[in-house]
Amino acid sequence: MLNQYPLWKYLLILAVIIAGVLYALPNIYGEVPVVQISPTRSAKIDDATQKRVVDLIKTANVTYTSIARTERGIVVKFKNTENQLKARDSIATALGDDYVVALNLVSATPGWLASINAVPMYLGLDLRGGVHFLMRVDMDAAVRQAEERYVSDIRSSLRSEKVRYLTIGRGDHGGVSIKFRDPDERAKGHQVVSDQYRALILEDNDENNEYYLHVTIGVKEVSEIKELALQTNIKTLRNRVNELGVAEPVIQQQGDSRIVVELPGVQDPARAKEILGATATLEFRLADTTNDPQQAVAGMVPIGSRLYKDRSGKPVLLKKQIIVTGDQIINAASGIDQQTASPNVSVTLDSKGAREMGETTKDNVGKPMAVVFIENKPQTNIVDGKEVKTTKTVEEVINVATIREPFSKRFQITGLDSTEEARNLALLLRAGALAAPIEIIEERTIGPSLGQDNIDQGVKSVIIGFVLVLVFMAVWYRVFGLVANLALALNLVLVVALLSMLQATLTLPGIAGIVLTIGMAVDANVLINERIREELRNGNSPQASINAGYEKALSTIADANITTLIAAVVLYGFGTGPIKGFAVTLSLGILTSMFTAIMGTRAVINLIYGGRKVEKLSI
Amino acid sequence: MQIFKETSRIDFIGKRKLALAFSVTLIVISIASIVIRGLNLGIDFTGGTLIEVAYQQSIEPAEVRDILTKAGYNDVLVQHFGTSHDVLIRLAPRETLSSAEISTLVLKELQRANPGKVEMRRVEFVGPQIGDELTEDGGLAMLYALIGILIYVALRFEKRFAVGSVIALIHDVIITIGFFSVLGIEFDLSVLAAILAVIGYSLNDTIVVFDRIRENFRKMRKGAPAEIMNASINQTLSRTIMTSFTTLLVLIALFIFGGEIIHGFATALIVGIVIGTYSSIYVASTFVLALGVSKADLMPVKKEGVEVDGRP
Repeated sequence: MLNQYPLWKYLLILAVIIAGVLYALPNIYGEVPVVQISPTRSAKIDDATQKRVVDLIKTANVTYTSIARTERGIVVKFKNTENQLKARDSIATALGDDYVVALNLVSATPGWLASINAVPMYLGLDLRGGVHFLMRVDMDAAVRQAEERYVSDIRSSLRSEKVRYLTIGRGDHGGVSIKFRDPDERAKGHQVVSDQYRALILEDNDENNEYYLHVTIGVKEVSEIKELALQTNIKTLRNRVNELGVAEPVIQQQGDSRIVVELPGVQDPARAKEILGATATLEFRLADTTNDPQQAVAGMVPIGSRLYKDRSGKPVLLKKQIIVTGDQIINAASGIDQQTASPNVSVTLDSKGAREMGETTKDNVGKPMAVVFIENKPQTNIVDGKEVKTTKTVEEVINVATIREPFSKRFQITGLDSTEEARNLALLLRAGALAAPIEIIEERTIGPSLGQDNIDQGVKSVIIGFVLVLVFMAVWYRVFGLVANLALALNLVLVVALLSMLQATLTLPGIAGIVLTIGMAVDANVLINERIREELRNGNSPQASINAGYEKALSTIADANITTLIAAVVLYGFGTGPIKGFAVTLSLGILTSMFTAIMGTRAVINLIYGGRKVEKLSI
Repeated sequence: MQIFKETSRIDFIGKRKLALAFSVTLIVISIASIVIRGLNLGIDFTGGTLIEVAYQQSIEPAEVRDILTKAGYNDVLVQHFGTSHDVLIRLAPRETLSSAEISTLVLKELQRANPGKVEMRRVEFVGPQIGDELTEDGGLAMLYALIGILIYVALRFEKRFAVGSVIALIHDVIITIGFFSVLGIEFDLSVLAAILAVIGYSLNDTIVVFDRIRENFRKMRKGAPAEIMNASINQTLSRTIMTSFTTLLVLIALFIFGGEIIHGFATALIVGIVIGTYSSIYVASTFVLALGVSKADLMPVKKEGVEVDGRP
């Protein structure tokens, strides 16, 4: 019994140690404050922008340590947060709405580590502070809105086809309900509706000599309406989050009617709630072509016109009269014009909107028309020590296009620069039209000081727990205990390395999971060492005891760990945010401990005792 | 250092009646308390708003309650959290006020009363709907974990062992939850996670004993099942105690240094691991024995070595 490992096993262990240390390393470097500048919408980042930023920082009288361009924008590093804040204020005021100027902390990992993709662990909101919202999109309201639009559309279709109905409205159990005087009239109505609205499901229904036609929206269309409501809300939320200046926001769909919004580092959840709760709408207006916008900028705004700005900040003069508003838009979709092969957006209006649009455009063919996007954001300001709730309205011309021919219910907006612009416009049009209400159903906000406390306390308990176990193992099992301690240390490094590589979110329960794995990881070594002692007691030779100890403990260790893994996997499947973090660290810890406690310790024990005559084991 | 110089010879199985009486008493107390007193459920499950604020000086909860009562919040629960500077404010879910707004308004009231001296530490708002979902998911998670374990142990050992281990786990879960009910400690999502971890841990202990029982059933030619089980428990005893000890060591470190938020979590694990250690010694094997396991049940059907392979 020589207890020797082949060379390749030592090399494998060595390779794992090196990789583990390298990828765990970024976590010890700490973070430096940065200002991150990224463009919104049309703005671009180029050398000129960078030069401007540098100048702005200079005028703020602060120095920066480095400036770099990334795919997302410009990142400027500072020595301390004081400089960072001053620079942010200066840059944000000057650059205005076209750029998101966000405060962030980035790892101070040196370049050579970053070049092998070694990055620090991703900290959850409970550790870095920030706001977590779970929002529910009111899908019933989205469907109700769609039904109401159908009510008005079907009403005008019946009128224009001269079908006489008694009443029309939303049904008691959803859908649209139309009441007719007699079956003949209903048959006509049925025909009109089924011809014009092919996707709707129609059903004749007689109740006490009253003749009804029930119209329901098909399952497919309902799910489309819901999907659209969700997507437009996500898009709108994303635009608004940009204004909060958050460095790494997360806006994600969860399930079929929910949206998760995570804003790391946001310290004022009240403001976040205000901005996220803003509502948006649209207006179509004719452009005023007879007057010069520049004169209006100078203060001479003609009567009957209003001055707007487009997204690049250029002044645009529009007529005061509104043709159609956003709630009259039923749908908007981007596409490619068949004839010109250029991108377009096709808009569908409800009947009232269509009528008004038709009348206005008939008289104004060849003239430009503009789409104005309006956002209402509730704000709370302190005026004379009292809170004043105001609504800040942001109005912006998102598109000006020439009217080619009189519009009907459906029309196209052309003259767009790119398919991307078409897609954005379609989304904005829908966002204005179909803003199904959203409500916050869960909020978890962690203040910045608590986040740091959580990190400090978490790290402290990991270190203290770790040291306690180290001391105990060394006293109890002597050399074998020290070897187990090496494995435990490596296990800790490997868990941190894996968490960093996977970029799994580390949460406070996640740290607790690491603490727990420290306690449990020694279990494998306890099993092995107890087995070796038993073998020695049974009178076996030291070498034989080592071998038998490892061999016999193996299946026990595997069984015990697999069952714990089952529990951890179930926990991952059912848990939310922080709890998932616990499941992740627990599972990783179990997996790595199998490697370090069995293979790692065996390698060291073999190096110490293997290949020679041993009289006594220090165990 | 060793606990036992020689392998101990304690008659665990012989004391099974005593253990049974002990376990049954604990379970009855737990269930009675859960039914009568109920659990002090956290807002994760009940829904509602929780606000933690830190003051610059120590403050009495009554003072904070007064401020809020004056502002029209009558159903607030205020208590210290960790230190005398920190207070935790709980509000039940409200019908009238837009749910998420409550926290904003409460914080503004507090700031108005002590301008510049109060800092928001944490806000949690859980809508009633989410609370129901979390309760349901939590129950399901526990059920699925138990079923998964039942299947694994049945495949790896034998169905009676599976039943024995799951009974031991249910025993642990009930008593741990009972502990929270009796002492009225808040039961939140992290406690639930801890209980799932206890399931994993306690099973770990049980499996080690079972593994030895299986080994001994095959190895020891003579001896009644009860004797073999006793021997197996004794042989694994020092390991069981050692591992529980190291795990408890780190958990106590976590309890003391991990901060107030992690207290419930650490408590659940500490209680669960103590109970789990006890149950893997006294409960699991006793049940397997009572279910009438015999040598023949554990004899390898085919070559066992194939399955246990993977040695380095």
